[in-house]
Amino acid sequence: MTAAPHDPAGELFELANRGRSRSRRRRDGGEAIIKVVLAGCAAFSVLITALIIAILAYEAARFFMDVSVVEFLTGTEWSPLLGEEKRFGVWPLVAGTLLVTLVAAIFALPTGLVTAVFLSEYAPAWLRAILKPVLEVLAGIPTVVYGFFALLVINPSLQWVAKVFTGEELFGSYSAGAAGIAVGIMILPIVTSLSEDALRSVPRGLRDGAYALGSTRFDTSVRVVIPGALGGIMASYLLAITRAIGETMIVALAAGGLAQLTVLPWRQVQTMTAYMVQIFLGDAPATGVEFKSSFAVAALLFLMTLLLTLAGYRILARFREEYE
Amino acid sequence: MSDERTPNLPELVERGEPRSQSRRRAFDRGFLITCLAITAIAVLALGVLLGSILIEGLPGLRWSFFTEYASRDPAKAGIRAPLWGSIWVASICAIVALPIGIATAVWLEEFAPKNRITGFIRLNISNLAGVPSIVYGILGLTLFVRMFGLFGPIQAPELEIGGRLYAIYYDTMQEPIRVPAAERGVAPELKTGDIGYVQEIEETPDGDLIFTDRWTPVTLTIVPEDADAPEGYGIIEAWQAEEPADFEIERPWYYVQFPFGQSVLAGGLTLMLVVLPIVIISSQEALRAVPGSLRTGSLAMGATKWQTTRKVTLPASIPMIMTGSILAMSRAIGEAAPILVLGVALFITDTPSSLMDSFTVLPMQIYNWTSRWQEDFRALAATGIIVLLMVLLAFNAIAVLIRQKLQRPLS
Amino acid sequence: MTTSSPAGAGPVVDAPARLAPNAATDQVAVIETMTKTPPAPTTDASAPAPESKVCIRAHDFNSWYGDFHALHDIALDVPTNQVTAFIGPSGCGKSTLLRWFNRMNDTIPSARAEGTLDLQGTDLLSSRYDVVDLRRRVGMVFQKPNPFPKSIFDNIAYGPRLHRSYTRSDLAELVEQSLRRAAIWDEVKDRLNQSALGLSGGQQQRLCIARAIAVGPEVLLMDEPCSALDPRSTAAIEDLIRDLRHQYTIVIVTHNMQQAARVSDRTAFFYEGRLVESDETERIFTTPAHRETEDYVSGRFG
Repeated sequence: MTAAPHDPAGELFELANRGRSRSRRRRDGGEAIIKVVLAGCAAFSVLITALIIAILAYEAARFFMDVSVVEFLTGTEWSPLLGEEKRFGVWPLVAGTLLVTLVAAIFALPTGLVTAVFLSEYAPAWLRAILKPVLEVLAGIPTVVYGFFALLVINPSLQWVAKVFTGEELFGSYSAGAAGIAVGIMILPIVTSLSEDALRSVPRGLRDGAYALGSTRFDTSVRVVIPGALGGIMASYLLAITRAIGETMIVALAAGGLAQLTVLPWRQVQTMTAYMVQIFLGDAPATGVEFKSSFAVAALLFLMTLLLTLAGYRILARFREEYE
Repeated sequence: MSDERTPNLPELVERGEPRSQSRRRAFDRGFLITCLAITAIAVLALGVLLGSILIEGLPGLRWSFFTEYASRDPAKAGIRAPLWGSIWVASICAIVALPIGIATAVWLEEFAPKNRITGFIRLNISNLAGVPSIVYGILGLTLFVRMFGLFGPIQAPELEIGGRLYAIYYDTMQEPIRVPAAERGVAPELKTGDIGYVQEIEETPDGDLIFTDRWTPVTLTIVPEDADAPEGYGIIEAWQAEEPADFEIERPWYYVQFPFGQSVLAGGLTLMLVVLPIVIISSQEALRAVPGSLRTGSLAMGATKWQTTRKVTLPASIPMIMTGSILAMSRAIGEAAPILVLGVALFITDTPSSLMDSFTVLPMQIYNWTSRWQEDFRALAATGIIVLLMVLLAFNAIAVLIRQKLQRPLS
Repeated sequence: MTTSSPAGAGPVVDAPARLAPNAATDQVAVIETMTKTPPAPTTDASAPAPESKVCIRAHDFNSWYGDFHALHDIALDVPTNQVTAFIGPSGCGKSTLLRWFNRMNDTIPSARAEGTLDLQGTDLLSSRYDVVDLRRRVGMVFQKPNPFPKSIFDNIAYGPRLHRSYTRSDLAELVEQSLRRAAIWDEVKDRLNQSALGLSGGQQQRLCIARAIAVGPEVLLMDEPCSALDPRSTAAIEDLIRDLRHQYTIVIVTHNMQQAARVSDRTAFFYEGRLVESDETERIFTTPAHRETEDYVSGRFG
């Protein structure tokens, strides 16, 4: 009598088949529902954009029934609260926004890139472990805090510096420069973090090749690594500028309330976002032309950020296809 | 291979003028020093920022700061209302934004086909991430606060669910009496024996009398015309019974009105709009970080895509998703511009107790205090900033803890 | 950490004291062989290279990655204008030693070395020696082709521009000659301004060779240059190596023994961080002096 041979594979097969079979139709049906739900959530984001465009377009159209588009886009005086002599040329607001953004960019774009190069190419691991959390903290600070800082520390410091160096009282209580520096500090972590990601993603082989040819660290960083990461660096710049343009609280607190067309950073300016704050905080009636004007400004602001985002997308795509 | 060596390579190399090695070294060193200096500036900026805030705000950080409401007197003001307002708004925002955002990310990364439509959706989300938050405020204003005007003006909502309407009369003791009413502006017909509600009065330890929020039923007595009205609770003179002094809606916690008005619900939903793109993008990155080998392994065993996602991919990406969500929420807490556009009043002295209550948030209060002229309010603002930063620090710490505790190597 | 030795002085061989006696018979065999070595500045086994024609000399050379002792007491001469192959199983240290020749290991913070490493008499390990200039004299081609994301012209011109300033015509001629010498000129002459990333793998590797020789080095180090390439490109590059050797000293690390046999004049066999044997290639592959060498070249392990 031979004993039945031990058959582990067969035993396993039998154990596996003991479970109850799941209905495939139910599973597929449930799967289809899940897919629809998930796709619906994705469609929600499209809905948001559609609503923004629709609302802004509608309200701006209502505004342009009272004020001509030409005056809006070409006028250089913005005085909507002046009673009889209302003027709705948007350029002072745009100039205010651009001036603050320019100051912020001059501060943050080079500083951010250099800091990113330092972190990526020079800093030893322990230093990086300290600096990266510092940057993350900076990135998380709410913008009101920067507004507070701009109004109560940066602006007085600028006043003092101007007095010492030029003997004049250049800076008032509010200035585009103070707000611009604060906005620059706010966008600095964005530039540094994204640029560092771009620099790090340059393959190590490129650096090895550069060093093997007799490059110094400076040569390698500037002539090989930065050009290799240019797409990501550009994208980080554009994202930072987009944030700077849309910034509200810092400029509402520190840039001033006078809409004037100027390029001098010690004057006060009113940015597009600060004007919107002024209207929404005030008690202008909802049917008045002043109230409607803030929607027109919002529409213009949305257009600007949309164009910048699209440009960033394009640049990234072009760099990717060129260098991969 | 033939040698074409005229002129030969070493000769060609040597035609160039050698560069100074010491100059190259100097450049290298100079660049390093510049990098160090500029990085130090960035860190210095942060140090000065935090230092100035601590100096201004730390003295005001007392326990009463957390329990007091805002007041015209800086010495007595506190952030109780904004603190709770922020908690309510952030909670509502999280409850709505996280499921939708994560679901969108799952669809984009696991299910979406690669065609132009999904490319458009991705581009759209990138664009939404760059939209200024004040524009989201406008969207929230129109969509949630006003609801396109479809339900009437904010002050007189057309649709109210759960609220109870009362007409208010005054009895001969000059105490207010609530009587249930069916419609605003239409006086209920009162007769003796109906039930009305009077407010309970309490005596504080100091001997003051205060009105509580509790109403007890009393039986009404309507005194006919021309009769002498005795003094007493619940006795209403006939001529007063014809026209109520006022109408009032009692709003329990489950009360909902359409349009939402400047309520916590509207605020939370508006912040959801701001935060949604961030949640989507960070969840996408979390899903992308899961190695493809995990997915293919699951599919090879006969699992469907959803089963793979639910049992393999999502659990693997949970730590990163949680970290990203927490950071998105900390961004929501710091946003003031959208709330501002919604039109919330700046002087709120109560914490929300239902979805429809008005509210304020920490950044708004800080903005309010900062823009005042008096020195004392500036110090208050700094103290408020410290509280806000502490809250954010707590969020970040939780995110880091989660990352450390739950993060396991995935392959 | 690093010691400097006077140029040209012959180091004293102190072999037996250094090798710890080991129970394994192979180790004992190595010891016996080494104790028989005449006190000449060359390695163990039979064939020393003539002194005046030595390009790179290693003696008493040890290196570590952190605590890991990667290279043990290497004593080796690399002759000038010949092709020397480093062979051995994975992890034996051949690439490590190669990377010390142009101090590429400086990019790894935990790497350190002690002993003597000379390039034509100059001490490579001295901290006073300019690494940048060393890399001008000793070029390297890597396992995976790594052209810069620039045009073909700019890739070749990158190195020369670092060290010297050229007129435009001189530079153009230099680039052309480098590409010719690397046997790739005909394929790229019409697209010098296009991105180098558009080339095939084999072309990219020849481009990297052209890039390396454009700087005018004395030595060319090649770290498994063909392992990522298809056979045809491999053959093309092997032809190139044979052609280049009269002008450059070439050291090639390869895990492909047939390639070593085809291409090199001398071969050095490494095992577990030690140099086991170094000799003329023909002798290594036909009558190796050590059992380990014979086992490896005949494919019994590796």
